[in-house]
Amino acid sequence: MAAGSGKVVFKSSLLRWIDDRLPIVSALYNDAVVYQTPRNLNYWWNFGSLAGVMLTLQIITGIVLVMQYTPHADMAFDSVERIMRDVNYGWLLRYAHANGASMFFIVTYIHMFRGLYYGSYKAPRELLWMLGVVILLLMMATAFMGYVLPWGQMSFWGAQVITSLFSAFPLVGDPIVTWLWGGFAVDNPTLNRFFSLHYLLPFVLVGVVFLHLIALHTHGSNNPVGIDVSKKDKIPFHPYYTVKDLLGLSVFFLFFSYFLFFYPNSLGHPDNYIPADPLVTPAHIVPEWYFLPFYAILRSTVYESLFTPLAIFGYLGITEKLMGVIAMFGSILVLLVLPWLDTSRVRSATFRPIYKWVFWLLVIDVIVLHWAGGEVPTPTVVLVGQIATLYYFVHFLVIMPLLGKFERPRPLPDSIGKPVLSHGAAAQPAE
Amino acid sequence: MADTTVRHGESGGATRRDVLDVVTWSAVAIGAGTIVWPLISSMNPSADVLALSSTEVDVSQVPEGSGITVMWRGKPTFVRHRTPAEIEEARAVQLSALKDPQADEERVKAGKEAFLIVGGNCTHLGCVPLGNKSTDDRGDFGGWFCPCHGSHYDTSGRIRLGPAPTNLPVPEYEFISDTVARIG
Repeated sequence: MAAGSGKVVFKSSLLRWIDDRLPIVSALYNDAVVYQTPRNLNYWWNFGSLAGVMLTLQIITGIVLVMQYTPHADMAFDSVERIMRDVNYGWLLRYAHANGASMFFIVTYIHMFRGLYYGSYKAPRELLWMLGVVILLLMMATAFMGYVLPWGQMSFWGAQVITSLFSAFPLVGDPIVTWLWGGFAVDNPTLNRFFSLHYLLPFVLVGVVFLHLIALHTHGSNNPVGIDVSKKDKIPFHPYYTVKDLLGLSVFFLFFSYFLFFYPNSLGHPDNYIPADPLVTPAHIVPEWYFLPFYAILRSTVYESLFTPLAIFGYLGITEKLMGVIAMFGSILVLLVLPWLDTSRVRSATFRPIYKWVFWLLVIDVIVLHWAGGEVPTPTVVLVGQIATLYYFVHFLVIMPLLGKFERPRPLPDSIGKPVLSHGAAAQPAE
Repeated sequence: MADTTVRHGESGGATRRDVLDVVTWSAVAIGAGTIVWPLISSMNPSADVLALSSTEVDVSQVPEGSGITVMWRGKPTFVRHRTPAEIEEARAVQLSALKDPQADEERVKAGKEAFLIVGGNCTHLGCVPLGNKSTDDRGDFGGWFCPCHGSHYDTSGRIRLGPAPTNLPVPEYEFISDTVARIG
């Protein structure tokens, strides 16, 4: 049964009966079985489904963990230790959930870089990409609040630092922070509301993921060649991509298992095994690894060293602290407008001889930011962080708009079935 | 044709329907606001949290040259017994040299200049600065030093160097006897 041919007729009379009243069976059939997919998708296209699997796993392990967890400032830490020591397979569930968060971010970041390389954010997939950015923001909020729940030292001080970011806003800042805390300090009311939201947001995520999938299935997947794909170059999702995704999933689970069973604490911070103490700040507060690049942007945005000229904003009432917050949120929000910042009409970097390298510079830049975010902020680290922060914004705000104008893309093939060069001189110019 | 309704634009003014629209949507907006307000307000500090709003400290227990940390409203608060040299140092500073200009006299009670009571969270991102013990790293200005992002405070708790935007806040307090201060 080809997709789009209209009515599906099922052999089973029960399925026909259900589908006639609630067309969920044909929806599944159309969107997960016969769904037409470009035949040239490579393994970088596995990471979307991997992210979906991780979201599901996080929700399942999370629901079971909640049955054992106590959301109270006096008991939360001990209840997590009880999960680790006394609850049957509690260690497995908690480690799977904690490491699962890291795995979720790894596959999501790779998924995003895939989109950046192959131009998956370009027309007609702008909203698909923007929903993805919303998913990232929701993931970050959820992960941050989840990290607070064990109520260890890093939980407490991470919550203190991140909620204090909101005090940077003039006038409304302090009332907002008091409101977020539910008191005059990070305390039990804060823990309770974070727990409530940590349980809520994953289901909001599921909703946005569905919108992401609806947008995806409206124009179909982009592909490594980046051109629109004709019907004869498409194959049904099942069995071709169900099998490909399952193989990728198996390999990914080996990677996950390596951390889960052999190095379950390597992605966490040892200070979080010390109960929260509002009187003692850990010598070096670091967020989880997946926040480090953004944390580096926050911390590097000070009016000194390379950014000394920014001090003029100080006279306009924008303090260093506010500027850091603006830069950090800006680094994610700039992704929302990326479809309009990139002026090149060619999607895939394969046909963009300069962007292909610029892309890798961005990857290196994010790795440098990651490093800078985890180091003690000595003047050298701040300077390196500032250079990397500056380059991050230059990439999106300067290079992307200009590159589309000056770069000469290689000729695009007529179809993904034809090798690029066999078409010779007749190949259409890309612009 | 008998036209019983006045249409938009015919007389140039608002019609009865426009008025009904505005009234209806206003009622909806007010109704929605009334429903949302308790939800938002419930997240603000509750009565039991507000009730814990004062703490008494016996300042005579604080040795000269060092400070102690007391909990006030769930937050650390520094009580520092300053040496005459430290007071002198704090008062010798030109106000124009300060990021958040405030004279030392405004930050202590007259007659009790030796005791400085300030909030113990760095005004940058809320870490607890070091410096109560004379053996701590007190930073370049002899007051407190925040290890998180490197803010330096002087012996009046004023920000002198680093990312913090404002001085350590002076809470409301009064001396209820010669040696006991009530904060809050």
